[in-house]
Amino acid sequence: MASVSIDSIHKNYGATSVLRGVSLSIADGEFLTLLGPSGCGKSTLLRILAGLEMQDAGSLSIGERAVDNLRPKCRDVAMVFQSYALYPHMTVASNMGLPLRMRRLSTFQRLPLLGRLLPGTARIAAEIDAEVTRTAKSLGIGHLLARKPGQLSGGQRQRVAVGRAMVRHPAVFLMDEPLSNLDAKLRVQMRAEIKELHQRLGVTFVYVTHDQAEAMTLSDRVAVMLDGELLQVAPPQEIYADPDDRRVAEFIGSPKINMLDGVVRERGLIDVAGSTLAIGADALAGAHLTLGIRPEAFHLAERGGQGVLTGSVRMIEHMGSDLFVHFDLAGGDHPLIARLLAERAPDIAPGQTLHVGVRPDRVLLFDRNGRRLRQEVESGRASVTPIREVAR
Amino acid sequence: MSEPLALTGAPNEPSATGSVRTLPPSLAAAPARRRAFTEALAAWALAGPAVFFLLALFFLPVIGVFVIAITDWQFGGLTLSFVGLANFREIFADDGFRASLVNTIVYVLIVVPGTLVFGLLIALLIESGKSCRSFYRAIHFLPFMATLTAMAVAWEALLHPTIGLVNQTLAAMGLPTANWLRDENTALPVLAVIGIWQNLGYAMVLFLAGLKSIPQDLYDAADTDGADLWLDRLRTVTLPLLGPVSMFVVIVVALRAFESFDTVKVLTQGGPGHASEMLLYTLYRESFEYLRSGYGAAVAVVFLAIVVTLTLAQVRLMDRRVHYQ
Repeated sequence: MASVSIDSIHKNYGATSVLRGVSLSIADGEFLTLLGPSGCGKSTLLRILAGLEMQDAGSLSIGERAVDNLRPKCRDVAMVFQSYALYPHMTVASNMGLPLRMRRLSTFQRLPLLGRLLPGTARIAAEIDAEVTRTAKSLGIGHLLARKPGQLSGGQRQRVAVGRAMVRHPAVFLMDEPLSNLDAKLRVQMRAEIKELHQRLGVTFVYVTHDQAEAMTLSDRVAVMLDGELLQVAPPQEIYADPDDRRVAEFIGSPKINMLDGVVRERGLIDVAGSTLAIGADALAGAHLTLGIRPEAFHLAERGGQGVLTGSVRMIEHMGSDLFVHFDLAGGDHPLIARLLAERAPDIAPGQTLHVGVRPDRVLLFDRNGRRLRQEVESGRASVTPIREVAR
Repeated sequence: MSEPLALTGAPNEPSATGSVRTLPPSLAAAPARRRAFTEALAAWALAGPAVFFLLALFFLPVIGVFVIAITDWQFGGLTLSFVGLANFREIFADDGFRASLVNTIVYVLIVVPGTLVFGLLIALLIESGKSCRSFYRAIHFLPFMATLTAMAVAWEALLHPTIGLVNQTLAAMGLPTANWLRDENTALPVLAVIGIWQNLGYAMVLFLAGLKSIPQDLYDAADTDGADLWLDRLRTVTLPLLGPVSMFVVIVVALRAFESFDTVKVLTQGGPGHASEMLLYTLYRESFEYLRSGYGAAVAVVFLAIVVTLTLAQVRLMDRRVHYQ
C-alpha cells in the first residue's frame, strides 16, 4: 500500500513534447483514472510511473520513496497491459508465477533441469504454485491453470493478466487501457470486477483509459489530460458538473455538451442566439463568452421569451425514457442537442419549431481562452426562480 | 488443348441455371449434375498446365530415378536388366559411400547448430545497436548472395598452406599451422566452417525479421515481472518467441547443408581419401564421371529418403512445440 506523488514530469520525444510538467498526488488506496483522448500522454505517464520509460525532468515517489532511479521490478508496482502481454509459450500457471519465480528463486535455481536439484528450489516452487492457485481461484480461473494463453478467450486472458499483477501483492496497480480489447458486454462485466478487486485489495490503482464511462464508474478521482497537461483532477461528479476548462466539459458527457457564443448585455443578462438568459457572469458588459449547456439542462417550454431558446427540430433519437432532440437555432451554425423526458415531449416531429428553456444554474460559462468563469452564486440564484416560473 | 473446352463450358452455364428456374424440383437434378461436371472441367482446365509440368518435371524424374536404381544401366548404354536391390547392397557395402554418408551427417550436425547460434547472435547484436544497422545486415548477407564457387577461390587463397593468410597469421602468433584442405582431420571441419559462413546471413535476416515481430509489451511485462537482465529477457521472451523462425531456419539450413556440393567440388574433390566426400558429390561422381547410373540412382534414392524423412520429422516435431495455439 502506498501513495504516489508525481512532481512536474516532463517528457519529450525528439521535438515533440509529450508531457509538460505534470504534477499529481495520489492517496494511498485511491482509484485514480488518467482520462484523455489518444496521444494526450496518459500512457506515457503510466509507463514513466512503471519505470518502463525515463522522464526528462521531474521526480516520482511511491510510498515516500523516490523511485526515479529504480528499475521497474524494484518499484513495487504491477502493470496490466492493453494487449495483456501474456507469454504465449507459458501456461497460465507459469505466466502468473513468473514474477514470484523471478523474485524468490536465484538465477541458478531457475535453470531448466539443474535448478530443481538445488536445495530449497522444490520448497519455494511449491509455495509459488500454492499462491498462484489461490490467486487464480479468487479470480475464477482456477480451472485454466494448465492452458496456454492462445486457448483462452479475451476475458479469461484479461483475468490472467490481472492475476499475474496480483500474485505478488504490489503497492500500486497500473492498468493501461485493460478493457479496450474486449467486446462491449464483457467490458461492462470486467469493469465491475475491477471495481470489486480494488475494494477487496484496497491498494492504489492508477488506471489509464480514453473511455469516459470507465473513468466515471470506476474512479475515486479522474485526472483529465490533454496535450501533455493535466486539465483537472477531481471526483467524477465534479468533473462532469463543475469542469474547470472548456476542453474538459467537451470531453466528458455523451451526447456532447452544447457550446453557444454569447455576449454580456449587462450584469446578470447574457444575449445568446436571439434570446436573453438571466445568468450572473463575472464579466463586463460587451464581453464575449461561451456558454456550455449540457443536453439535460434543457427542458420543454411552451413559447419563446426570456430564458428560452427557439429553433427548428432537425432529428429525433428515441432512447427509451429520453429523447435526444437535435435542433438548429435561428442563425446558429451547428445543431444543439437537448435531452428531454419522453413522456413530457410526446409529439415532437422534425421540422417543427421547438422552444426550450434553460436552467441558468446549469449553464457553464467559459471565457475566450476556454477557462471557466464561475457564476456569481447569489445574484445567479436570485434570478433563477422567476425564469423557471416563466419556462414551466 | 483444354482451353477451348473451358471457353465452351462458360457460356453454357447461364442457360443451365436459367432452365433450373422453370423446371419442377424433381427434374432440376439433371442440370445441376451437368453444372457440377462443367465446373470440374473448368477446374481441371485451369489447374491443367501446372499439373502437367509438376508431373513432367518432378514426379516422372523421381520415378525414373527409382526405376534406374533397380537396374544395372550405364549412362548411354543401350541395354539394361533389372537387378533388384543389388545396387543398394553394393552402396552400403562400399566404404566410400559409408564414409560419404557419415561425413554428410557430421557436416550437417556442425553447420545447422553453428548457423543457428551465430546467426542469432549477430541478429541480436545488430538489433541491440543503433548505428550502421543496414551496413551490418548487408555485409553479413553478402556471402549468401554470392556464388559459392567464386567465393571458394577466395577461401582457397586464404587457406593456402604457405602463402595463405590463415597460416601466416597463425605462424606470426606462434600457433601451429595446418594444410587445411589437404589434411584429413581438418578438411571436413573447414568445409563446415565455410558452410556456416555462407548460411549465416540468411539465418540472420530471418532472425532479424523474427525479432522485429516480438511485441514490445512482452519485454515491458518481463521488466515489471523482474525478468530484466539480458539473459532472463532472452529466456523469457526472445528465444521462445523466435521459436517459429528458428524452426524454419533449422529446416532450410539443414536441407541446404545436405545438398552442399560446390565447396567439395572446388576445394577438396572429396579428398584426401574420402575425408571430405559428401552425398551429393558421390552422386555426381558415380553418375557423371564414372557413368554408373544405376549406382548413382541408388545413392539418389538414399539421399531423397533422408531429406524427405528429415523434413517430415522436423515439421511434425517442432510444429507442435513451437506454435503456441
